[in-house]
Amino acid sequence: MWHLFTKSFFNMKIRKNIAVSDSGFIFNPSTGDSFSTNPIGLEIIQMLKEEKSKEEMRKTILQKYQVDEATFEKDFYDFVSMLHQTQIISQDEEKKN
Amino acid sequence: MSKLPYERPVIQRLNTGSMNKFGTRTEYAPVTHIENVSVKSLISEFGSPLFVISENKIRQLYSDVTRAFKTRYPRVQFAWSYKTNYMNAVCNVFHQLGSWAEVVSGFEYNKALKNGVPGSKIIFNGPDKTDDELTLAIRNDSLIHIDHLDELYRIIELAVELKKRPKVAIRVNMDVGIYPMWDRFGFNYENGQAWDAINKIILTDKIDLVGLHAHIGTFMLSPQAYGVAASKLADLAYHTKIKFEKNIEYIDLGGGFASKNTLKGSYLKGSDSSPSFDDYAEAISTALLNAEYTKEHMPLLILESGRALIDEAGFLLGTVIANKRLSDGRRSTILDFGVNILFTAFWYDHKISPAQDFSHYTEDTVLYGPLCMNIDVVRENVTLPPMKKGDQVVVHTVGAYNMTQWMQFISLRPNIVLIDTNGKTHLIRAKESLDTLNSQERMPAHLSSFKL
Amino acid sequence: MKKRKINIAVTGLNNIDSPGPGIPVIRALRDSKKFDVRIIGLSYETLEPGLYMHDLVDKSYQVPFPSAGTEALLERLRYIHSVEKIDVIIPNFDAELQNFIKLEETLKKEMGISMFLPTHDQFEERHKANLMEFGKQHGIQVPFGKMIFSTAEIPSLTKDFTYPVVVKGKYYDASVAYNPEQVATYFNKLSAKWGLPIIIQQYVFGSEVNVTAIGDGKGNAIGAVPMRKQYITDKGKAWAGISLDDEKLVSIANKLLASSKWRGGMELEFIKSAAGEYFLLEINPRFPAWVYLAVGCGQNHPEALVLMALGEKVKPFKEYEKGKLFVRYSYDLIVDLKEFETISTLGEL
Repeated sequence: MWHLFTKSFFNMKIRKNIAVSDSGFIFNPSTGDSFSTNPIGLEIIQMLKEEKSKEEMRKTILQKYQVDEATFEKDFYDFVSMLHQTQIISQDEEKKN
Repeated sequence: MSKLPYERPVIQRLNTGSMNKFGTRTEYAPVTHIENVSVKSLISEFGSPLFVISENKIRQLYSDVTRAFKTRYPRVQFAWSYKTNYMNAVCNVFHQLGSWAEVVSGFEYNKALKNGVPGSKIIFNGPDKTDDELTLAIRNDSLIHIDHLDELYRIIELAVELKKRPKVAIRVNMDVGIYPMWDRFGFNYENGQAWDAINKIILTDKIDLVGLHAHIGTFMLSPQAYGVAASKLADLAYHTKIKFEKNIEYIDLGGGFASKNTLKGSYLKGSDSSPSFDDYAEAISTALLNAEYTKEHMPLLILESGRALIDEAGFLLGTVIANKRLSDGRRSTILDFGVNILFTAFWYDHKISPAQDFSHYTEDTVLYGPLCMNIDVVRENVTLPPMKKGDQVVVHTVGAYNMTQWMQFISLRPNIVLIDTNGKTHLIRAKESLDTLNSQERMPAHLSSFKL
Repeated sequence: MKKRKINIAVTGLNNIDSPGPGIPVIRALRDSKKFDVRIIGLSYETLEPGLYMHDLVDKSYQVPFPSAGTEALLERLRYIHSVEKIDVIIPNFDAELQNFIKLEETLKKEMGISMFLPTHDQFEERHKANLMEFGKQHGIQVPFGKMIFSTAEIPSLTKDFTYPVVVKGKYYDASVAYNPEQVATYFNKLSAKWGLPIIIQQYVFGSEVNVTAIGDGKGNAIGAVPMRKQYITDKGKAWAGISLDDEKLVSIANKLLASSKWRGGMELEFIKSAAGEYFLLEINPRFPAWVYLAVGCGQNHPEALVLMALGEKVKPFKEYEKGKLFVRYSYDLIVDLKEFETISTLGEL
């Protein structure tokens, strides 16, 4: 099922200037918006920042947490779509890529 | 190394002005047990969704309300409002506690009789009583509360036919300083209709006027309004005494006490803003004690409280079917119950708790029912931990009206379980099946077969 | 004299253009000669300026909105108390008062936290819709008023009123109407926003004068300072005001405090008619944002409130300086994002 996340589906490049703190506080200096996320959300955002591949992220989370692949896939998709909506993943950078 | 518990990743915008999460944990703290019986075991035994009634809670509420009134006024009688919840087991808890029955239709009347309530302890309210029903009620010496003149004349005719003096009260509507004024039921106080009706009844001398009844509204947040109503009824009783030398035996102030639910649009929580039984009791007893009665002629005070005595004793257990993201980014959760069985979701923001432990991260969520209808919304906006398919929830304060106003629309009505005072569970109404529905249907012969 | 150390929690840190009373109350407490205060700020939102005023507020905590209910508030206060050992709480918002009044006994018994609030009955009877009754009971003139529920009642208003009249919403907002058509317009506007009833009040020509006052709950007026607004913001808030030499007004305030046995701080809003009569327009059941003027005039009402909360007897103030001005100003604090992050994610700062 992992193949659903093809490049055409969505971009996963996080804005370079997004500030993320250990407490789960996220600040987007381009828009002035701030957000909070839970530990798993934080972990995913940090991996996105490090430009980890989807496969690497999937492996890390499945190894670390009690979750099955299908559930995580569904949640991951939903979470990344929220990152789009909140403009933490930039539309501009998508075009550039 | 063992794996860490998983939670769905969530991200929430930090808005000023929206509810902050600090200290609101009580709102979504998990409720894993009801009266020491685990939600999990209830659902695995009786299915989901499931209504659960706590007998303990009913008994506690009843003892609270009787203490509040009996310490302030010497003669008080409660009558269980069948329409609020007429599960026979629930009615019988109230009857065991000493409640009479208050009914508003022929079928409710017969339900009360079948439960073993003596006819003379059934109060028959409502604008629609058929001749057969009135006849039965007259023969049983029930207390018939007259709603309109047509009914009054019919009862007089029946009294002659049956050669029996019916025991009646008239329902009075009045201005008690609240809006909207319920003037569609009974006879108006201010314009003299009520006084006219009293005169007609007594001068006809075919029926016995034993009581005066008022029911000023529902979910009344102003105890003082009851004080006004009590004074006005007492005033009518006083004039009856002066003019006809006749004592009115009872004053019935109906129901309408608010429960601890939170009305939609109300800023404060119902548990904080709804008046207590003591507040209502104080207003009513003060008005009656200050009225023109001699000590021997203090009328019996009848109360028909329904909602306030059962709402908190009822819980609805349910299960998460799915999570969805709406187009505007809001999270929505679909539950296996909707407005078809939780009718009161239309006017309350019901408190809803998860039934399993979570971390302290939350999301704003819309809760939908399972119906394919846009109106099927359980909560428009609620802060809950991220729940996943299969997680269970507890809806609080659902004991009033849901188990009587529910409908088998799209899905059928679920089981109702009563937890007794020893923590034992009893199925008090079995869930409906296709047979329940089909047993009432009839098929014309020419429609009995088809080919596709 | 050595000052007593005391921990006081204060709400209403929204020192914005239409300010809450929290910061003025804190300044009053910091001026106290009797107390060495540690101030714990209680905030609802993350941008209440008081959160970031570290010279005035020692430590801040987010508390749940009043609509979350008393149970949530109590749980949060238990936590804050376990860290801060609160001695006294001074709530400063109308909307939160009902919850704090409800918790007053529990907080005292369970945690030894003192407050000095109006009783539930006092809080209720001073509501806009009940003001006529309040006036009658306590011998204070209130402009004639009537609740209406429908536009059908408008034509017959002339039986009781002469135009212009004030059309008021259930909770907030008021407009002056000069004819029935305007009443109908405001009726629709206000009822759509705040629900029914709508309150119609006789308009009284004159100038508005206010009093900040404090009562001991036993019928003694502890202090009262009258003020006239000199300059008003577009929201009708005082931008500048001056303390008045007005014995009649002070005596009306004292009479009201005595008759109602008011407990705690309050603000009274009056109209003084051309004939020199005073009509009570509104009672706010807490200190006003301009309470610091009273301190400037020699009556430290917040300090008196703390003393009474601690169960001590307070001698009524006899004097206040007349003709003292307050001029309000706004000020842009520069705040590091880290601070916003801390209050947002941890709920304390």
